[in-house]
Formats: sequence, C-alpha cells, structure tokens
Amino acid sequence: MTNIPANPPDPGVSGQQTSTFPANWSPPPFIKNPLLRWGLLLGLILYLFLSIGSLDVNWHRIYVGLDRGAKFVYGFMNPNFAGRWTDISEGMIESLVMTVTSTAIGIAISIPIGFGAARNLAPLPVYLFCRGIIALSRSFQEIIVAILFVAIFGFGPLAGVLTLSFATIGFLSKLLAEDIESIDKSQAEAVQATGSAWWQWLNYGIQPQVMPRLIGLSLYRLDINFRESAVVGLVGAGGIGATLNTAFDRYEYDTAAAILILIIGIVMLSEYISGYIRAGVQ
Amino acid sequence: MAETLSSGTKVWQYRSRNKQLLSWFIWLIGTALFMYCWQRVSESTTWFFVWDAPRIAADIGSRMIPPRWSYINELWVPLWDTLNIATIGTMMAIVMAVPVAFLAARNTTPSTKFVRPIALLIIVSSRSINSLIWSLLLVSIIGPGVVAGIVAISLRSIGFVAKLLYEAIEEIDKTQVEAVTASGANSLQILIYGIVPQILPAFAGISVFRWDINIRESTVLGLVGAGGIGLQLNASLNVLAWPQVTLILILILMAVIFSEWISAKVRHAII
Repeated sequence: MTNIPANPPDPGVSGQQTSTFPANWSPPPFIKNPLLRWGLLLGLILYLFLSIGSLDVNWHRIYVGLDRGAKFVYGFMNPNFAGRWTDISEGMIESLVMTVTSTAIGIAISIPIGFGAARNLAPLPVYLFCRGIIALSRSFQEIIVAILFVAIFGFGPLAGVLTLSFATIGFLSKLLAEDIESIDKSQAEAVQATGSAWWQWLNYGIQPQVMPRLIGLSLYRLDINFRESAVVGLVGAGGIGATLNTAFDRYEYDTAAAILILIIGIVMLSEYISGYIRAGVQ
Repeated sequence: MAETLSSGTKVWQYRSRNKQLLSWFIWLIGTALFMYCWQRVSESTTWFFVWDAPRIAADIGSRMIPPRWSYINELWVPLWDTLNIATIGTMMAIVMAVPVAFLAARNTTPSTKFVRPIALLIIVSSRSINSLIWSLLLVSIIGPGVVAGIVAISLRSIGFVAKLLYEAIEEIDKTQVEAVTASGANSLQILIYGIVPQILPAFAGISVFRWDINIRESTVLGLVGAGGIGLQLNASLNVLAWPQVTLILILILMAVIFSEWISAKVRHAII
C-alpha cells in the first residue's frame, strides 16, 4: 500500500514549521477513520474479555496431558512404521485409491457444471441451476457430508469417494467458471467467425484457453482430496483416518506419528510433482 | 498446431503427431489407473446397501423434517463456543505465523540455507494435517473441550497464514525498501517502514479469509470432542435425533453465510 497524502500539509507531521524542518513523522494509520479504528480496537478487547472469560479451562487436565504431549513428541522423533504396517499400508492405499477415484469423478462432473455456471456461456436458468449446485456443495464441510453419505450408502470407501467427489464439484466448478468468465473473447469470436458449430466453438475457442488452469486446479484438488481422505475415515468412510483414530484412541503415538509423517511426505511429494507438471503445461 | 498430408491435400490438425500420441498415452494411463482404483473401491463396497440407498435417503429425509425448533435454546452456548474457537484460534495462529512468514520469505529470512527450510517445514506440516486430525491429537493430549479446539485451529492455520503471507512478502516492491534503506534506517526500521506497510492489506485479507474458513472448520471439531456445536451434532447423530440434526445443520449454514458475508465485506473494504 502506498500512502501518499493528497495535500502537502501532512496531518502526521508535527513540529515547528517556522524554524526547522519537521523532525517527527509517523506513518499514516492503516484504518483512516479514527472512530472506526478505536471502535474496532475497543470491540476486540471487549470480545476477548468476554470470550476468554467464558472459556472453561481444566488446567489440571492440561497439566496431566503435557506428559502425553511429550510422549507424542517423542513418538514423532521415533515413528513406529513396522508395528502396524499392514494396517497402515492398507489404509494408505485405500486413501490413495479414494483420492484418484473421487478426483476423476469430481472433474468429470465439474466440467459441465463449470461451463454452465459461466455467465458468458450459459443462459440464465442454466446459470442459476449450476450456481445453486456449487453453493450447495461449498456450504457444508466434507465431514458432515461424509456422515450423511455413510448413513445412506453404508460404511466403506464408496461413501468417502462420493463425499470427496461432491466436494470437488463445488471447488473446481466455481474456479473453472470464474476462469471461463475471464477468457479472451476475441479468440472465441475468431473461431465462431470461421463458421464453427457450438461444440467446435467450445472445443477450439474456449477449452484451450482454460486448459492450463483446469489442469493446475485439478492437481491442486488431487492434493486436497488426499488430505481430506485422511479425515473422512474418522466417520467410517474409508481411508487412513480409521487407522489414525484407532492409534490415537490407544495412545499409540508412535504409530500415529508414522501415519502423520507419511501423510506429510505424500503431500510434499505431490506438491513437488504438481509444481513440475504445472510448469510444463504453462 | 500442425499440418499433415492426407491423400495429397494438407489437413489442419490441432496437435502434431507426437503430441497427439503423447496425449493419447496420458489418457490411456489415466483411464487404466482410474479403472483399477474404481475396482478396488467397488470390491470393498457392500452393493446391497448402495442399491437400497434411495429408500434409506428418503427415509432419513422424511425423519429430518420438520426441524425441532425448540432445541435451539440448547445451541446458543455451543454456537458461542464455536465462534470463540475460530476467532481465538485465528488470533493465536496469526501471532505464531507472522515470524514464521518473515523467516520463510526469501528477502527477509536471515539464512536461506538453515532457517528457511525449517520455516517451510513448519508451514508444510501445519498445512498437511487437517484441523480434525489436529483436534484428535489434542483431545488425546489435553483432554476434550474448547481449548483443544482452539489449539487445533491455530496449529492448522499457521501454515495457511504463513504461506500466503510469505508469498506477499516476496512480492513487495523493492524500491520502497531501498528508499527507506537510503534514508539510513536500521534493519528494524526497514521492516517497520519499508515492508510492513506494503503487506498490511494482504495480511488483513489473509487473516479474515482464514477466520472465515475457521468458522466452517470449528463447526465440526466437536465430532472428535473438541468443543463447539459439533458436540451437539455428534450427540444428536448418536441417538438418531434427525430433527435436531436438521436444526444444527441450518444453524451451521447460517454461521457459514454470516462469516462469508463479513469476510467479503472486509476484503472489499481493503481492496
């Protein structure tokens, strides 16, 4: 932000104008309206006072827990991969399988919805319908959707796959639609001027423009879906989450640490690979 | 873009032959991978339950309406807890994320060889682990309650805030920093007058954005015992009290819309 005062007499400048050049200067405040500035500060202090006052902290429990915290840190230093390796590897593979399946299904559904939610392509009723689907998918946390899907489709990875696909739709279609809305119109018009059919116009005039971003977003979503697949297992929708939950319930911090390290490792690896692919696409 | 000879005349093709082959090959690998993964999912699915799903969904749907409005009086305190988890958690995260961001940004870090990788490792670890998993860990360490939720939210948010903030720091205008340096400022003054004013709008935007996300996330932390309205959701789900579940979901939806509205307002005011 550059705060250049509009008028030469800067209100932040104080000092004698007569004898010496002003020696004191203070930067202009971030929020210019003083009433708003002090009001926000006062409101913040009041809120903190109220909220911290309503916290019910059991210091004794926390003190006892510090011991376990130390154990977890120790477990992180000495992760135990071998002890429950069959459980960990099965859960990990299930998580990866769910990630791939849900991302593929999610992308396949998101593309038509993304096109429908772009105001420059779709007529108003289609636009509203697609935007409605996006809003629905974005409103609820994955875990809540997973609970409902587990109740409806039964335990197992299918509920997780459906949850993650559903969440992918909201994310990908929204960003894809925004990208389509900001395309270069002249390219699309040029293709139209050659007498192309509607689908040719989509395929040659619009799709090449949004493709790099679509690939980038899909890779990013693959990453997110893997991280989320570790969570939906907590409510029985398959993946590594169930193993992780069991490990915490039994206070087996070394196994839990091993799982967390694997998750972090895979996320880092996938970020590295997707960065490489994105650089290649653009 | 390429042309090929087809029975004597030149035909325009979208891609050259090698690129076309490569694209087919990628599609082939991708399809095979998807089919393999789908097969594994399908093997561990009880398809009888899936075919039965429409009936179950209709059944649950009919139990969910109407919502049990009288239950709302028991939800105000959990809702207040949820707000506190998100807000205090975000504040704690910001306090911890700012130094990490300055250590991670290439132009402000004291050492690119030692300090920067550590800061980046903190960011990645915090970002890779979902707040629910952080809560699971913290509930197991410091016991169930709002405090576990606050700490979980703040640990999850450090990475997010620090990552966006250090990217903002790396993108600052160098000339302003040089101007402050040329006036004879020491490194602390360079930081305060040269860098901070440039990243303040981004910082405010990131904080409010993360607060908005945290409101969403803190609504479900109760599922693993970390306080907030999720506790009531879990309790209602455990006793199959679907009308109460509906009411809680409506309340969560309102909270999400409210926080998104505030966040949009603030970001609009900054930009």
